[in-house]
Amino acid sequence: MRRIVVVGAGPAGMAAAAAAARHGVDVVLIDAGAKLGGQYHRQDALAPGDAFVLPGNVEHVADATVWAIEPVDGGHRVHLRIGPADGPRRHGRAVEARALVLATGAYDRALPFPGWDLPGVFTAGAAQALAKGQGVAVGDRVVVGGTGPFLLPVTASLIGAGARVVEVAEANAAVTGWLSDPPGALAGWSKTGELMRFAAALARHRVPYRSRSAVIEAHGIDVVESVTVARLDGLWNPVPGTERRIEADAVAVGFGFTPQLELALAARCRVEDGFVVVDAAQGTSAPGVFAAGELTGIGGAALAASEGEVAGAAAAKFVGAAVEPPLKAMARVRSGRKFAAALNAAYPVLPGWQGWLRDDTIVCRCEEVTKAALYRAVDERDVEAVRSLKLVSGAGLGLCQGRVCGRNVAELAGVDAAGFAKRPIASPIRLAELAEEEPVESPIDAEESGRALGVEY
Amino acid sequence: MRVLFDGEEFEAEEGQTVAGVLLAKGVRSWRTTRGAGRPRGLFCGIGVCFDCLVNVNGVPDVRACQRVVADGDDIRTQTGAELPS
Amino acid sequence: MSRIETADVVVIGAGIIGAACAEALSASGMRVLVVDRGAPAGGTTAGGEGNVLLSDKAPGPELDLAVASRRLWPELIESLRAELGDEIARVEWEPKGGLVVATENDARGPLAILAEAQRRAGVQATAVDAATAREMEPHLTEHVAAAVHYPEDAQLQPVLAATAMLAAVRSRGGDVRGWSEAHGLVVVNGKVAGVRVGEGTIACGAVVNACGPWAGHFGAAAGAPVEVLPRRGMVLVTAPLPHVVSRKVYAADYVAAVASSDVDLQVSAVVESTATGTVLIGSSRQRVGFDEALQVEVLRRLARSAVKLFPVLAGVPVMRAYGGFRPYTPDHLPVIGEDPRFRGLWHASGHEGAGIGLAPATGRLLADLMYGRAPVVDPTRFRVDRPAVIAEVRT
Repeated sequence: MRRIVVVGAGPAGMAAAAAAARHGVDVVLIDAGAKLGGQYHRQDALAPGDAFVLPGNVEHVADATVWAIEPVDGGHRVHLRIGPADGPRRHGRAVEARALVLATGAYDRALPFPGWDLPGVFTAGAAQALAKGQGVAVGDRVVVGGTGPFLLPVTASLIGAGARVVEVAEANAAVTGWLSDPPGALAGWSKTGELMRFAAALARHRVPYRSRSAVIEAHGIDVVESVTVARLDGLWNPVPGTERRIEADAVAVGFGFTPQLELALAARCRVEDGFVVVDAAQGTSAPGVFAAGELTGIGGAALAASEGEVAGAAAAKFVGAAVEPPLKAMARVRSGRKFAAALNAAYPVLPGWQGWLRDDTIVCRCEEVTKAALYRAVDERDVEAVRSLKLVSGAGLGLCQGRVCGRNVAELAGVDAAGFAKRPIASPIRLAELAEEEPVESPIDAEESGRALGVEY
Repeated sequence: MRVLFDGEEFEAEEGQTVAGVLLAKGVRSWRTTRGAGRPRGLFCGIGVCFDCLVNVNGVPDVRACQRVVADGDDIRTQTGAELPS
Repeated sequence: MSRIETADVVVIGAGIIGAACAEALSASGMRVLVVDRGAPAGGTTAGGEGNVLLSDKAPGPELDLAVASRRLWPELIESLRAELGDEIARVEWEPKGGLVVATENDARGPLAILAEAQRRAGVQATAVDAATAREMEPHLTEHVAAAVHYPEDAQLQPVLAATAMLAAVRSRGGDVRGWSEAHGLVVVNGKVAGVRVGEGTIACGAVVNACGPWAGHFGAAAGAPVEVLPRRGMVLVTAPLPHVVSRKVYAADYVAAVASSDVDLQVSAVVESTATGTVLIGSSRQRVGFDEALQVEVLRRLARSAVKLFPVLAGVPVMRAYGGFRPYTPDHLPVIGEDPRFRGLWHASGHEGAGIGLAPATGRLLADLMYGRAPVVDPTRFRVDRPAVIAEVRT
């Protein structure tokens, strides 16, 4: 049987599923959401129906969490729980496949600052998800901060949901300036028009947009009441005397994105500089495992969809379908990666953020580890790696398993962040669920698996 | 659809998440931390940070941003670490 | 901290055993360099639960070592506190006691016999009835056939303990160097004169192979192979919980699993809480070489065995699973002593799942032997030249 599993139904996963299905391969497409689209194409959860339609040989498994990927002879076994999120009575499935496309995407990176643990501080992605998916604005007077073009659509969504965005603080140079004079490779990028429209919307609503600025503190007793915004120097150190207090009941911050690597690591894919290494066919170092989208580098929805198309075709070929190299999609991937590289270079995270923290600022939200406690653990015990760092400081040991604090804590402590993404249990599972027997669907035929072909273009 | 939050009845719609219902009513926090007892609510909104934990029908450690409400759900503030009842 | 290029002794491996050996040797006045090919306390030690147990050991040399070690741990922590201060001596030491529970009637007899033998060997082991057991652990299953309370069982956090001992080594003029792999010995006239580390050579009078599950690798590289093999173990970690488990509670079949030599998977419940509120669920033992791949079946059986002991855990989320390789010897005894093939090459490994508990006595014994002092316990059964351990020199 020709069947592949695709994890993640965002732009990359949907494109991968569609491409594989076009080549006659059955697809199991697994996603945590109720509807297709992922974070980028998030649909209104309150509206009926699904805006996306996939071919009939794609089985869309919605409301499903992949909690483990287990290598088996000739492929992988994907373990999932389906049903109300974190509920005790979800339904279990285990699906085997010789080829797997991982399109698990990325989430916002949030940098710590005093008061960032107050209710009313959100990630930019949260503001976006609540506005688009639930029709709710996270506050009435919102300050948006961080870096990169993503702040513009977030601001537009907040306005659309009825919030007043009182300021946008971009820590790097203004996106608008960059858009009007992009580096050579980016001239004509399809996204520039879209972003210019967002920028125009900001202007229309008279939203102050300040470059080289950041929210360096949130104030309030039990909820955000105001924030301090300061100008930043070239390394993101606040410029003394430029602090301004702004009344706001919500803050939405995003400093780029962190890929969801745990399933790729469970499938033993090689990761370099924080991203899954792929070849021209989106193949990873693990035979039969393909990766697409933000996992391979932060590049946005259009690039993710192109990578997904390439990955889906390659996965289909891997399980024996007759597939010609998808040359057009491959060309789009190449040019898309150039855009992405230029964009990422223009919106880096610079080390001055470490100076925004005070001794008592929480760096690990789950375990409430402060900066001072982290430094004390690192200095006294001469910690050199993530595994021991977690165990001596407590940072990263909570329920989020270092998803939020990992990169920040690693930078503060001067260790390699890679170890934080190793999470053999990719999502919490209740003990009674774990104890349950799961029948394995479509177990891999050992004889058939012996014929698996590598994909090279 | 109706749900209870800490005993108070809230209107809810098909497809709304617990966080969607609570934020729409102006509720900003529904958990206290187990160390310092500080209030927490939604943070990442997409299921990765586990800050928005809430107790639903006696079961703690449910992410409010991921859990879609069902009619009659009994939603309660989660105080520190809790055992399922 | 200045880099030292010569040392009295170089300890290979900065896990709990290497740290304990280095601590004991530096306390005796030696200048010690500890090297590790990875991060200090980042291997087997970081994958351990922190067991300091007497309850799981039948009378014999390992129990003798464990009894000595149980006495030494609090003394060692106290001395580190006096030397280095409160913060660094914080190792989450909890003399919480252990409760071994038989849930099936047929396990009652063997448990009673073991407890009686342990009592004769000087271990405190008190039989308690089901009602008492449930009073001690209110969330325990109703199906208690028999139980034995071991008040001396204790727990600590192994990475904190290892890093505290390494800090002591540094403060006494020694050094700890991570990301430095030892490739072999420099031998002059049959005696160790140095060790090859990274690109260079460090002159020293003695080398201690404390590489844990990798002790066989370093032994082979040094031309002195020893039969120390990896045996894999996995631990589940729950979300932080309110107080559920007070002691180290485990199923009576754990003792049999520890003592077994089976290649196949052995699972028996060991349930305990940690200082941060999480509950650790072990234990599994499996000989799969150094294969790190997740096996859901192992996790499943751990989950089942834990829920059987503590039904309240059924609805609790597991947020993490971690594993490690434990150093296993065919006769289940540690290897502590000088290598008969090269004077100055010493071994301290093969503690399997008991290394955290056995560390201080292992360090002390090694130092005693090196200095020719009266040994803290009888070293005979831990000798390197016993047939189960010494392997032919491969050519």
